[in-house]
Amino acid sequence: MLRYVLARLLTFIPTFIGVTIVSFGFIRVLPGDPIIVMAGERGLSEERYQEYVERFGFDQPLWKQFWDYLTGVLQGDLGQSFVTNRNVWDEFFTLFPATLELSLCAIIFSVLVGLPAGVIAAVYRGKFFDRALMSTALVGYSMPIFWWALLLIIVFSGNLGWTPVSGRIGLMYFFDDVTGFMLIDSLISGQEGAFWSAVQHLILPSIVLGTIPLAVIARQTRSAMLEVLSEDYIRTARAKGLRPARVNGLHALRNALIPVITVIGLSVGTLLAGAILTETIFSWPGIGKWMVDSIFRRDYPVVQGGLLLIALMVMIVNLTVDILYGLINPKIRKR
Amino acid sequence: MSLLKIRNLSVEFSTASGPFRAVDQVDVDVEAGEILAIVGESGSGKSVSMLATMGLLPWTATITADEMSFDGQDLRELSGRARRRIIGKDLSMIFQEPMSSLNPCFTTGFQITEALRQHTDLNRSQRKDRAVELMEMVGIPDPSRRLKAFPHQLSGGMNQRVMIAMAIACRPRLLIADEPTTALDVTIQAQILDLLTGLQKETGMGLILITHDMGVVAETAERVAVQYAGQKVEDQPVADLFATPHHPYTSALLAALPERATERRLATIPGVVPGQHDRPEGCLFSPRCQYADERCRTVPPPVQPAPIGRARCHYPLNVPAGEEVA
Repeated sequence: MLRYVLARLLTFIPTFIGVTIVSFGFIRVLPGDPIIVMAGERGLSEERYQEYVERFGFDQPLWKQFWDYLTGVLQGDLGQSFVTNRNVWDEFFTLFPATLELSLCAIIFSVLVGLPAGVIAAVYRGKFFDRALMSTALVGYSMPIFWWALLLIIVFSGNLGWTPVSGRIGLMYFFDDVTGFMLIDSLISGQEGAFWSAVQHLILPSIVLGTIPLAVIARQTRSAMLEVLSEDYIRTARAKGLRPARVNGLHALRNALIPVITVIGLSVGTLLAGAILTETIFSWPGIGKWMVDSIFRRDYPVVQGGLLLIALMVMIVNLTVDILYGLINPKIRKR
Repeated sequence: MSLLKIRNLSVEFSTASGPFRAVDQVDVDVEAGEILAIVGESGSGKSVSMLATMGLLPWTATITADEMSFDGQDLRELSGRARRRIIGKDLSMIFQEPMSSLNPCFTTGFQITEALRQHTDLNRSQRKDRAVELMEMVGIPDPSRRLKAFPHQLSGGMNQRVMIAMAIACRPRLLIADEPTTALDVTIQAQILDLLTGLQKETGMGLILITHDMGVVAETAERVAVQYAGQKVEDQPVADLFATPHHPYTSALLAALPERATERRLATIPGVVPGQHDRPEGCLFSPRCQYADERCRTVPPPVQPAPIGRARCHYPLNVPAGEEVA
């Protein structure tokens, strides 16, 4: 197992180099000059312009710029934002916990609801619950996410007043960042009601962000379960006189989980890249919004560094999924 | 009293193109400690009638029977919970494909001890000891190591031994073996059959052997029931069946055995088993029977009395002197 993980870690290297090349090239292919964008409507003089060109190293040949960037990255220096002058690394890790917290809550929500729903639908296939669930899942999958978010805000925040409209925590609470995770920090702060406020702020964004993965997981679980339920070993398990809950929930689900884990892994990967719509609607200070803003500002170091770090996160998630595969399906494990 | 007694069992599947009768008025009797072989071609309803007994058929199946009792208990009236107390314990079954009949995600040890966990009060270490003992009984070498093996790490023969160990874990009174050797190599087939008959002698359990191999029947069974297109067409002790078959189908089956071939070309039964839409009005075997006449084609045949092998035929063969044909 350890050797397997190490071998997989080695494959990170070419992927890593590929991502640096693509992110470096991608932002430079886009039309628009970061210096002009920074200057805004008033513009700037020729000398000031040349000064910035030199400062950002745009006077160097492209290969030299890339080389400087790559050597910087390998030394852990992702550069500084053109706009804020802050270290990209610091900016990313200030914002990333918010995205991570939201993604994890969303994926937990979608797995906790989607997995049992898919199993029940498969066991009672063709019955009312199955049909109701599968049509709901189709609606959930096809619904525009911003519309769904606004709808929930109108009903639960506006009409019922159960949840806050936006942000990560109520205005009355203030405490220092320790981990960056609001749920944990609010607990550490010991302020009364802080944790509950953080939870309330997470509910709607998690539901909105988790809706599509929920629909996909439910449908995938159902189809995987249907396939597994007709296998011979399910008949064997029933022939032992086991309870249906054990046959479906242990013997069948364990096998059905293999394709479902893939879907969950892919969803987590997507969510970690930041949910632009959800973060924008709920004013959630995550990396999705940060990346979009940086692209508009042609903030080269932020886009390059951000893409690289997101790619790294996705690779780590994929590795985790592969390890999980091995744990669930012994056939994949190295003999 | 019979251990398993089934009267007039019919199983119908509802399919997209209408109902399909897979088992048609079948009787089964097994005494304690007896070996009954059920033979017939694919699709003759052998497995389905036994799956119906176990209660393992999908919900699309409708089961009707005048009587269906195991050890004095009426299987038709049982709740799911009461049935689960019997199957896997007193009444157990092994299947045709050992490779796909074991769950690929769990070790063989887990799958054997699971049966014990369900039906006995043994604790964890006792269950493990019993699993080792069972693996020894079914001839698996190095059992304590094999307990940790996954099915894909063992051969087909070994997996079938694991299946048998699982099925006999709770000392069943009746074991149903559904073509236990079909998926295995010939050399392994003999070993598995020896194992099954040996275990049967040792434990005194009843054994139903479903097969389409007449050689297997001759070597192992005491009594044989022949099924054709969902019906039982003959039922005799094994020696009598081979010596004096009463139903033309049995006779044709025996004639098709390579060992009995007298000419260069093997004897065959022309035609195929009738399907859902081409079931004859009269005797189901009539389109393929060399003795069939107009009566066979239009009137369903009666079941002959026991001395004529309960043959479902208008004109049974080899009728003993003095016996009245029904």
